[in-house]
Amino acid sequence: MHWLSVVAGAAVVATFVRAMFFTPLEAMQGAAQKIFYVHAPAAWVAFMAFGLVAVASALYLWLKDERLDRFAESSAEAGVVFTTVVMITGPIWGRPVWGTWWTWDARLTLTLILWFIYLGYLVLRGVIEDRAMQARFCAVLGILGAMLIPFIHLSVYLFRTLHPRPIVMKPEAPSLPNEMLVTLLLAFGTFTLLYVAFLRARYAIATQRDRLAAEGR
Amino acid sequence: MPPEFARAAWLVARKDLAIEFRTKSAFYSALVFSLLAIVVFYFAWDPTAVASVDLAPGVLWVIFIFSGLLGLNRSFGMELADRALDALLVAPVPREAIFAGKALANLLFVMGVQLLVVPAVFLVYNLAFGVELLVVLGLALVAAIGLVAVGTLFSAMVSNTRLAELLLPMLALPFFVPIVLAAAQTSSRVIAGRPVAESLPWLQMLVAFDIVFVSACTLAFPYTLED
Repeated sequence: MHWLSVVAGAAVVATFVRAMFFTPLEAMQGAAQKIFYVHAPAAWVAFMAFGLVAVASALYLWLKDERLDRFAESSAEAGVVFTTVVMITGPIWGRPVWGTWWTWDARLTLTLILWFIYLGYLVLRGVIEDRAMQARFCAVLGILGAMLIPFIHLSVYLFRTLHPRPIVMKPEAPSLPNEMLVTLLLAFGTFTLLYVAFLRARYAIATQRDRLAAEGR
Repeated sequence: MPPEFARAAWLVARKDLAIEFRTKSAFYSALVFSLLAIVVFYFAWDPTAVASVDLAPGVLWVIFIFSGLLGLNRSFGMELADRALDALLVAPVPREAIFAGKALANLLFVMGVQLLVVPAVFLVYNLAFGVELLVVLGLALVAAIGLVAVGTLFSAMVSNTRLAELLLPMLALPFFVPIVLAAAQTSSRVIAGRPVAESLPWLQMLVAFDIVFVSACTLAFPYTLED
Protein backbone atom coordinates (compact mmCIF):
# COMPACT_ATOMS: atom_id res chain seq x y z
CA MET A 1 0.00 0.00 0.00
CA HIS A 2 1.24 3.46 -0.85
CA TRP A 3 2.42 5.56 2.11
CA LEU A 4 -0.11 8.29 1.24
CA SER A 5 -3.05 5.90 1.69
CA VAL A 6 -1.63 4.75 5.04
CA VAL A 7 -1.17 8.32 6.28
CA ALA A 8 -4.62 9.39 5.07
CA GLY A 9 -6.29 6.32 6.62
CA ALA A 10 -4.51 6.85 9.94
CA ALA A 11 -5.41 10.56 9.92
CA VAL A 12 -9.10 9.80 9.34
CA VAL A 13 -9.09 7.25 12.18
CA ALA A 14 -7.38 9.77 14.46
CA THR A 15 -9.98 12.40 13.56
CA PHE A 16 -12.81 10.03 14.44
CA VAL A 17 -11.18 9.08 17.74
CA ARG A 18 -11.01 12.77 18.54
CA ALA A 19 -14.60 13.34 17.34
CA MET A 20 -15.98 10.42 19.36
CA PHE A 21 -14.06 10.70 22.61
CA PHE A 22 -12.43 14.11 22.89
CA THR A 23 -15.09 16.44 21.47
CA PRO A 24 -18.01 17.50 23.70
CA LEU A 25 -21.54 16.31 22.99
CA GLU A 26 -23.83 18.79 21.34
CA ALA A 27 -26.43 20.03 23.83
CA MET A 28 -29.54 19.63 21.67
CA GLN A 29 -28.69 16.73 19.40
CA GLY A 30 -26.49 14.63 21.65
CA ALA A 31 -24.53 11.82 20.02
CA ALA A 32 -26.42 12.19 16.72
CA GLN A 33 -24.44 15.33 15.97
CA LYS A 34 -21.20 13.29 15.74
CA ILE A 35 -22.12 12.31 12.20
CA PHE A 36 -21.52 15.96 11.33
CA TYR A 37 -17.78 15.23 11.32
CA VAL A 38 -18.29 12.74 8.48
CA HIS A 39 -21.13 14.42 6.62
CA ALA A 40 -19.81 17.97 6.21
CA PRO A 41 -16.23 17.10 5.21
CA ALA A 42 -17.45 14.45 2.77
CA ALA A 43 -19.73 17.06 1.16
CA TRP A 44 -16.85 19.52 0.92
CA VAL A 45 -14.59 16.95 -0.72
CA ALA A 46 -17.33 15.82 -3.12
CA PHE A 47 -17.97 19.36 -4.37
CA MET A 48 -14.23 20.00 -4.69
CA ALA A 49 -13.76 16.73 -6.60
CA PHE A 50 -16.51 17.60 -9.13
CA GLY A 51 -15.13 21.12 -9.50
CA LEU A 52 -11.73 19.62 -10.35
CA VAL A 53 -13.38 17.26 -12.86
CA ALA A 54 -14.75 20.30 -14.70
CA VAL A 55 -11.38 22.08 -14.64
CA ALA A 56 -9.50 18.99 -15.83
CA SER A 57 -12.15 18.36 -18.52
CA ALA A 58 -11.87 21.87 -19.93
CA LEU A 59 -8.07 21.64 -19.91
CA TYR A 60 -8.26 18.24 -21.60
CA LEU A 61 -10.32 19.55 -24.50
CA TRP A 62 -7.77 22.32 -24.89
CA LEU A 63 -4.46 20.49 -24.38
CA LYS A 64 -5.50 16.89 -25.27
CA ASP A 65 -3.20 15.57 -22.55
CA GLU A 66 -4.19 12.05 -21.45
CA ARG A 67 -3.05 12.72 -17.91
CA LEU A 68 -5.79 15.34 -17.53
CA ASP A 69 -8.38 12.79 -18.61
CA ARG A 70 -7.07 10.23 -16.15
CA PHE A 71 -7.20 12.90 -13.47
CA ALA A 72 -10.85 13.72 -14.33
CA GLU A 73 -11.73 10.03 -14.32
CA SER A 74 -10.13 9.48 -10.92
CA SER A 75 -11.58 12.64 -9.39
CA ALA A 76 -15.09 11.85 -10.63
CA GLU A 77 -14.95 8.40 -9.10
CA ALA A 78 -13.65 9.70 -5.79
CA GLY A 79 -16.33 12.42 -5.89
CA VAL A 80 -19.08 9.85 -6.37
CA VAL A 81 -17.75 7.86 -3.41
CA PHE A 82 -17.79 10.93 -1.17
CA THR A 83 -21.24 12.00 -2.44
CA THR A 84 -22.50 8.52 -1.60
CA VAL A 85 -21.15 9.01 1.93
CA VAL A 86 -23.03 12.33 2.08
CA MET A 87 -26.24 10.73 0.81
CA ILE A 88 -25.98 7.92 3.38
CA THR A 89 -24.98 9.98 6.42
CA GLY A 90 -27.49 12.76 5.62
CA PRO A 91 -30.69 10.76 6.18
CA ILE A 92 -29.16 8.97 9.20
CA TRP A 93 -28.54 12.38 10.74
CA GLY A 94 -31.75 13.93 9.46
CA ARG A 95 -34.06 11.33 10.96
CA PRO A 96 -33.32 12.01 14.67
CA VAL A 97 -32.62 15.73 14.25
CA TRP A 98 -35.11 16.96 11.63
CA GLY A 99 -37.58 14.15 12.21
CA THR A 100 -37.45 13.06 8.58
CA TRP A 101 -35.15 10.99 6.40
CA TRP A 102 -35.45 13.30 3.46
CA THR A 103 -36.69 16.78 2.68
CA TRP A 104 -36.63 18.60 -0.67
CA ASP A 105 -34.39 21.27 0.71
CA ALA A 106 -32.32 23.15 -1.89
CA ARG A 107 -28.97 21.77 -0.82
CA LEU A 108 -30.25 18.20 -0.56
CA THR A 109 -31.80 18.29 -3.99
CA LEU A 110 -28.68 19.81 -5.50
CA THR A 111 -26.49 17.08 -4.00
CA LEU A 112 -28.88 14.36 -5.18
CA ILE A 113 -28.84 15.62 -8.76
CA LEU A 114 -25.08 16.08 -8.66
CA TRP A 115 -24.84 12.44 -7.64
CA PHE A 116 -27.00 11.43 -10.62
CA ILE A 117 -24.93 13.49 -13.06
CA TYR A 118 -21.67 11.86 -12.05
CA LEU A 119 -23.15 8.37 -11.79
CA GLY A 120 -24.13 8.90 -15.43
CA TYR A 121 -20.61 10.14 -16.09
CA LEU A 122 -19.12 6.92 -14.72
CA VAL A 123 -21.56 4.77 -16.73
CA LEU A 124 -20.68 6.71 -19.88
CA ARG A 125 -17.00 5.98 -19.22
CA GLY A 126 -17.80 2.32 -18.86
CA VAL A 127 -19.67 1.88 -22.14
CA ILE A 128 -17.33 3.65 -24.56
CA GLU A 129 -14.47 1.41 -25.52
CA ASP A 130 -12.47 3.78 -27.69
CA ARG A 131 -10.13 5.53 -25.25
CA ALA A 132 -9.86 8.90 -27.05
CA MET A 133 -13.60 9.08 -27.65
CA GLN A 134 -14.27 8.20 -24.03
CA ALA A 135 -12.00 11.02 -22.91
CA ARG A 136 -13.65 13.60 -25.17
CA PHE A 137 -17.24 12.60 -24.35
CA CYS A 138 -16.58 12.57 -20.64
CA ALA A 139 -14.83 15.92 -20.82
CA VAL A 140 -17.91 17.39 -22.52
CA LEU A 141 -20.19 15.88 -19.87
CA GLY A 142 -17.86 17.02 -17.07
CA ILE A 143 -18.06 20.61 -18.30
CA LEU A 144 -21.82 20.61 -18.99
CA GLY A 145 -22.44 19.04 -15.58
CA ALA A 146 -20.62 21.91 -13.89
CA MET A 147 -22.59 24.41 -15.99
CA LEU A 148 -25.84 22.78 -14.86
CA ILE A 149 -25.12 23.28 -11.16
CA PRO A 150 -26.06 27.00 -11.01
CA PHE A 151 -29.35 26.24 -12.77
CA ILE A 152 -30.22 23.42 -10.40
CA HIS A 153 -29.26 25.63 -7.49
CA LEU A 154 -31.42 28.49 -8.76
CA SER A 155 -34.41 26.30 -9.54
CA VAL A 156 -34.46 24.40 -6.26
CA TYR A 157 -33.97 27.71 -4.46
CA LEU A 158 -36.92 29.27 -6.31
CA PHE A 159 -38.94 26.14 -5.69
CA ARG A 160 -38.25 26.26 -1.98
CA THR A 161 -38.82 29.97 -1.48
CA LEU A 162 -42.07 30.02 -3.42
CA HIS A 163 -43.31 27.16 -1.25
CA PRO A 164 -42.19 27.99 2.28
CA ARG A 165 -41.01 24.95 4.16
CA PRO A 166 -40.15 24.39 7.83
CA ILE A 167 -36.93 26.15 8.66
CA VAL A 168 -34.17 23.60 8.58
CA MET A 169 -32.30 23.38 11.83
CA LYS A 170 -28.60 23.18 11.15
CA PRO A 171 -25.58 23.89 13.32
CA GLU A 172 -23.78 26.92 11.99
CA ALA A 173 -20.06 26.50 11.69
CA PRO A 174 -18.97 29.85 13.17
CA SER A 175 -21.09 29.39 16.29
CA LEU A 176 -19.39 26.12 17.17
CA PRO A 177 -17.49 25.81 20.42
CA ASN A 178 -13.74 25.69 19.97
CA GLU A 179 -13.26 21.93 20.49
CA MET A 180 -15.92 21.16 17.89
CA LEU A 181 -14.50 23.63 15.43
CA VAL A 182 -11.02 22.11 15.74
CA THR A 183 -12.45 18.61 15.20
CA LEU A 184 -14.40 19.83 12.19
CA LEU A 185 -11.41 21.54 10.62
CA LEU A 186 -9.33 18.45 11.31
CA ALA A 187 -12.01 16.35 9.57
CA PHE A 188 -11.95 18.68 6.56
CA GLY A 189 -8.18 18.32 6.37
CA THR A 190 -8.10 14.55 6.76
CA PHE A 191 -10.95 14.00 4.30
CA THR A 192 -9.13 16.12 1.74
CA LEU A 193 -6.03 14.02 2.39
CA LEU A 194 -8.13 10.88 1.92
CA TYR A 195 -9.39 12.30 -1.37
CA VAL A 196 -5.81 12.88 -2.53
CA ALA A 197 -4.93 9.30 -1.55
CA PHE A 198 -7.94 7.93 -3.45
CA LEU A 199 -7.07 10.10 -6.41
CA ARG A 200 -3.47 8.87 -6.45
CA ALA A 201 -4.48 5.22 -6.20
CA ARG A 202 -7.16 5.56 -8.88
CA TYR A 203 -4.84 7.53 -11.13
CA ALA A 204 -2.19 4.81 -10.83
CA ILE A 205 -4.74 2.20 -11.90
CA ALA A 206 -5.77 4.32 -14.89
CA THR A 207 -2.15 4.80 -15.94
CA GLN A 208 -1.40 1.09 -15.75
CA ARG A 209 -4.60 0.21 -17.62
CA ASP A 210 -3.71 2.58 -20.44
CA ARG A 211 -0.13 1.25 -20.55
CA LEU A 212 -1.37 -2.33 -20.71
CA ALA A 213 -3.77 -1.43 -23.50
CA ALA A 214 -0.95 0.25 -25.44
CA GLU A 215 1.37 -2.77 -25.00
CA GLY A 216 -1.36 -5.24 -25.84
CA ARG A 217 -1.61 -3.92 -29.36
CA MET B 1 -25.61 33.88 -37.94
CA PRO B 2 -23.96 33.81 -41.37
CA PRO B 3 -26.39 32.80 -44.15
CA GLU B 4 -24.29 29.77 -45.27
CA PHE B 5 -24.43 28.43 -41.73
CA ALA B 6 -28.20 28.81 -41.58
CA ARG B 7 -28.58 27.27 -45.03
CA ALA B 8 -26.45 24.25 -44.13
CA ALA B 9 -28.34 23.81 -40.86
CA TRP B 10 -31.68 24.03 -42.64
CA LEU B 11 -30.53 21.43 -45.19
CA VAL B 12 -29.63 18.97 -42.44
CA ALA B 13 -32.92 19.65 -40.67
CA ARG B 14 -34.87 19.16 -43.89
CA LYS B 15 -33.07 15.90 -44.56
CA ASP B 16 -34.01 14.58 -41.10
CA LEU B 17 -37.60 15.74 -41.42
CA ALA B 18 -37.89 14.26 -44.92
CA ILE B 19 -36.69 10.89 -43.62
CA GLU B 20 -39.10 11.16 -40.71
CA PHE B 21 -42.14 12.19 -42.71
CA ARG B 22 -41.64 9.57 -45.38
CA THR B 23 -42.71 6.94 -42.86
CA LYS B 24 -43.90 9.11 -39.96
CA SER B 25 -43.35 6.03 -37.77
CA ALA B 26 -41.43 7.82 -35.01
CA PHE B 27 -43.85 10.73 -35.04
CA TYR B 28 -46.86 8.46 -34.72
CA SER B 29 -45.11 6.38 -32.04
CA ALA B 30 -44.31 9.46 -29.99
CA LEU B 31 -47.84 10.75 -30.45
CA VAL B 32 -49.54 7.49 -29.54
CA PHE B 33 -47.15 7.03 -26.63
CA SER B 34 -48.11 10.49 -25.35
CA LEU B 35 -51.83 9.86 -25.68
CA LEU B 36 -51.48 6.50 -23.95
CA ALA B 37 -49.53 8.20 -21.18
CA ILE B 38 -52.38 10.67 -20.69
CA VAL B 39 -54.76 7.74 -20.22
CA VAL B 40 -52.42 5.91 -17.85
CA PHE B 41 -51.82 9.04 -15.77
CA TYR B 42 -55.53 9.75 -15.62
CA PHE B 43 -56.14 6.45 -13.90
CA ALA B 44 -52.93 6.48 -11.84
CA TRP B 45 -53.88 9.75 -10.14
CA ASP B 46 -57.41 9.70 -8.82
CA PRO B 47 -59.08 12.71 -10.46
CA THR B 48 -61.82 12.76 -7.83
CA ALA B 49 -59.27 13.28 -5.07
CA VAL B 50 -57.07 15.89 -6.80
CA ALA B 51 -58.47 18.68 -8.95
CA SER B 52 -57.66 18.29 -12.63
CA VAL B 53 -56.21 21.82 -12.61
CA ASP B 54 -53.55 20.53 -10.22
CA LEU B 55 -52.94 17.28 -12.09
CA ALA B 56 -52.70 18.57 -15.64
CA PRO B 57 -49.37 20.46 -15.44
CA GLY B 58 -47.59 17.42 -14.02
CA VAL B 59 -49.01 15.16 -16.72
CA LEU B 60 -48.12 17.68 -19.38
CA TRP B 61 -44.44 17.94 -18.51
CA VAL B 62 -43.80 14.32 -17.71
CA ILE B 63 -45.17 13.41 -21.14
CA PHE B 64 -43.22 16.28 -22.71
CA ILE B 65 -39.93 14.95 -21.33
CA PHE B 66 -40.45 11.31 -22.19
CA SER B 67 -41.92 11.78 -25.64
CA GLY B 68 -39.04 14.19 -26.28
CA LEU B 69 -36.56 11.50 -25.29
CA LEU B 70 -38.21 9.10 -27.74
CA GLY B 71 -37.58 11.50 -30.59
CA LEU B 72 -34.06 12.37 -29.47
CA ASN B 73 -33.02 8.74 -29.33
CA ARG B 74 -33.35 8.29 -33.06
CA SER B 75 -31.78 11.64 -33.97
CA PHE B 76 -28.30 10.14 -34.27
CA GLY B 77 -29.41 6.52 -34.04
CA MET B 78 -30.67 6.72 -37.61
CA GLU B 79 -27.29 8.00 -38.84
CA LEU B 80 -25.70 4.69 -37.84
CA ALA B 81 -27.32 2.75 -40.69
CA ASP B 82 -24.82 2.42 -43.57
CA ARG B 83 -22.54 4.77 -41.59
CA ALA B 84 -24.56 7.70 -42.89
CA LEU B 85 -22.95 9.92 -40.27
CA ASP B 86 -19.58 9.64 -42.04
CA ALA B 87 -21.12 10.95 -45.22
CA LEU B 88 -22.66 13.80 -43.28
CA LEU B 89 -19.31 14.66 -41.72
CA VAL B 90 -17.41 14.85 -45.01
CA ALA B 91 -19.91 17.44 -46.23
CA PRO B 92 -18.14 20.81 -46.51
CA VAL B 93 -20.18 22.51 -43.81
CA PRO B 94 -19.21 23.49 -40.27
CA ARG B 95 -19.96 20.79 -37.74
CA GLU B 96 -21.79 23.32 -35.61
CA ALA B 97 -24.21 23.69 -38.53
CA ILE B 98 -24.83 19.93 -38.54
CA PHE B 99 -25.64 20.17 -34.86
CA ALA B 100 -27.93 23.15 -35.39
CA GLY B 101 -29.76 21.30 -38.16
CA LYS B 102 -30.15 18.14 -36.10
CA ALA B 103 -31.40 20.15 -33.13
CA LEU B 104 -33.81 22.11 -35.33
CA ALA B 105 -35.29 18.89 -36.72
CA ASN B 106 -35.69 17.59 -33.17
CA LEU B 107 -37.29 20.85 -32.08
CA LEU B 108 -39.84 20.62 -34.89
CA PHE B 109 -40.46 16.98 -34.03
CA VAL B 110 -41.03 17.71 -30.34
CA MET B 111 -43.23 20.72 -31.07
CA GLY B 112 -45.23 18.77 -33.66
CA VAL B 113 -46.06 16.19 -31.00
CA GLN B 114 -46.80 18.89 -28.41
CA LEU B 115 -49.14 20.76 -30.75
CA LEU B 116 -51.45 17.75 -30.60
CA VAL B 117 -50.73 16.51 -27.08
CA VAL B 118 -51.18 19.79 -25.18
CA PRO B 119 -54.72 20.33 -26.52
CA ALA B 120 -55.44 16.66 -25.79
CA VAL B 121 -54.42 17.14 -22.16
CA PHE B 122 -56.58 20.28 -21.98
CA LEU B 123 -59.46 18.31 -23.45
CA VAL B 124 -59.20 15.26 -21.22
CA TYR B 125 -58.65 17.31 -18.05
CA ASN B 126 -61.47 19.71 -18.90
CA LEU B 127 -59.34 22.83 -18.86
CA ALA B 128 -60.51 26.07 -20.45
CA PHE B 129 -59.49 26.39 -24.11
CA GLY B 130 -58.43 29.99 -24.01
CA VAL B 131 -55.32 32.05 -23.90
CA GLU B 132 -53.93 29.54 -21.35
CA LEU B 133 -53.54 26.97 -24.12
CA LEU B 134 -51.47 29.38 -26.19
CA VAL B 135 -49.33 30.33 -23.19
CA VAL B 136 -48.66 26.66 -22.40
CA LEU B 137 -47.74 25.97 -26.04
CA GLY B 138 -45.39 28.96 -25.98
CA LEU B 139 -43.91 27.65 -22.77
CA ALA B 140 -43.46 24.25 -24.39
CA LEU B 141 -41.48 25.92 -27.18
CA VAL B 142 -39.17 27.74 -24.76
CA ALA B 143 -38.71 24.53 -22.75
CA ALA B 144 -38.17 22.45 -25.90
CA ILE B 145 -35.27 24.64 -27.09
CA GLY B 146 -33.18 23.77 -24.02
CA LEU B 147 -34.38 20.18 -24.10
CA VAL B 148 -33.35 19.50 -27.68
CA ALA B 149 -30.02 21.32 -27.31
CA VAL B 150 -28.92 19.03 -24.47
CA GLY B 151 -30.73 16.01 -25.86
CA THR B 152 -29.28 16.26 -29.37
CA LEU B 153 -25.75 16.49 -28.00
CA PHE B 154 -26.22 13.50 -25.73
CA SER B 155 -27.90 11.58 -28.54
CA ALA B 156 -24.73 12.10 -30.58
CA MET B 157 -22.59 10.86 -27.70
CA VAL B 158 -24.55 7.74 -26.82
CA SER B 159 -25.72 6.68 -30.30
CA ASN B 160 -22.83 4.33 -30.96
CA THR B 161 -22.67 2.78 -27.50
CA ARG B 162 -24.40 -0.45 -26.66
CA LEU B 163 -26.66 1.17 -24.04
CA ALA B 164 -27.94 4.08 -26.13
CA GLU B 165 -31.65 3.89 -25.26
CA LEU B 166 -30.89 3.54 -21.57
CA LEU B 167 -28.00 5.95 -21.38
CA LEU B 168 -29.72 8.93 -23.00
CA PRO B 169 -32.34 9.36 -20.25
CA MET B 170 -29.73 8.69 -17.60
CA LEU B 171 -27.49 11.48 -18.86
CA ALA B 172 -30.20 13.90 -19.96
CA LEU B 173 -32.77 13.76 -17.14
CA PRO B 174 -30.64 15.65 -14.57
CA PHE B 175 -30.34 18.41 -17.17
CA PHE B 176 -34.11 18.42 -17.66
CA VAL B 177 -34.79 19.03 -13.95
CA PRO B 178 -34.57 22.84 -14.13
CA ILE B 179 -36.62 22.81 -17.37
CA VAL B 180 -39.41 20.70 -15.89
CA LEU B 181 -39.43 22.64 -12.64
CA ALA B 182 -39.72 25.98 -14.42
CA ALA B 183 -42.28 24.78 -16.96
CA ALA B 184 -44.45 22.99 -14.40
CA GLN B 185 -44.37 25.88 -11.95
CA THR B 186 -45.25 28.42 -14.64
CA SER B 187 -47.96 26.36 -16.32
CA SER B 188 -49.68 25.42 -13.07
CA ARG B 189 -50.00 29.13 -12.29
CA VAL B 190 -51.19 29.94 -15.80
CA ILE B 191 -53.77 27.15 -15.81
CA ALA B 192 -54.99 28.28 -12.39
CA GLY B 193 -55.68 31.66 -14.01
CA ARG B 194 -52.90 33.61 -12.34
CA PRO B 195 -50.95 36.27 -14.27
CA VAL B 196 -47.81 35.23 -16.16
CA ALA B 197 -45.84 37.97 -14.39
CA GLU B 198 -46.05 35.89 -11.21
CA SER B 199 -43.81 33.26 -12.83
CA LEU B 200 -41.28 35.72 -14.17
CA PRO B 201 -38.27 34.35 -12.20
CA TRP B 202 -38.99 30.88 -13.62
CA LEU B 203 -39.29 32.20 -17.17
CA GLN B 204 -36.05 34.13 -16.82
CA MET B 205 -34.29 31.00 -15.66
CA LEU B 206 -35.75 28.99 -18.53
CA VAL B 207 -34.57 31.51 -21.12
CA ALA B 208 -31.15 31.68 -19.47
CA PHE B 209 -30.98 27.88 -19.61
CA ASP B 210 -31.78 27.97 -23.34
CA ILE B 211 -29.12 30.58 -24.08
CA VAL B 212 -26.40 28.88 -22.04
CA PHE B 213 -27.04 25.32 -23.21
CA VAL B 214 -27.74 26.08 -26.87
CA SER B 215 -24.36 27.87 -27.03
CA ALA B 216 -22.50 25.31 -24.92
CA CYS B 217 -23.88 22.28 -26.73
CA THR B 218 -23.24 23.78 -30.17
CA LEU B 219 -19.62 24.47 -29.21
CA ALA B 220 -19.20 21.06 -27.59
CA PHE B 221 -20.67 19.09 -30.50
CA PRO B 222 -17.49 18.89 -32.65
CA TYR B 223 -15.77 17.13 -29.74
CA THR B 224 -18.32 14.31 -29.82
CA LEU B 225 -17.36 13.25 -33.35
CA GLU B 226 -14.55 11.07 -34.52
CA ASP B 227 -11.68 13.04 -35.96
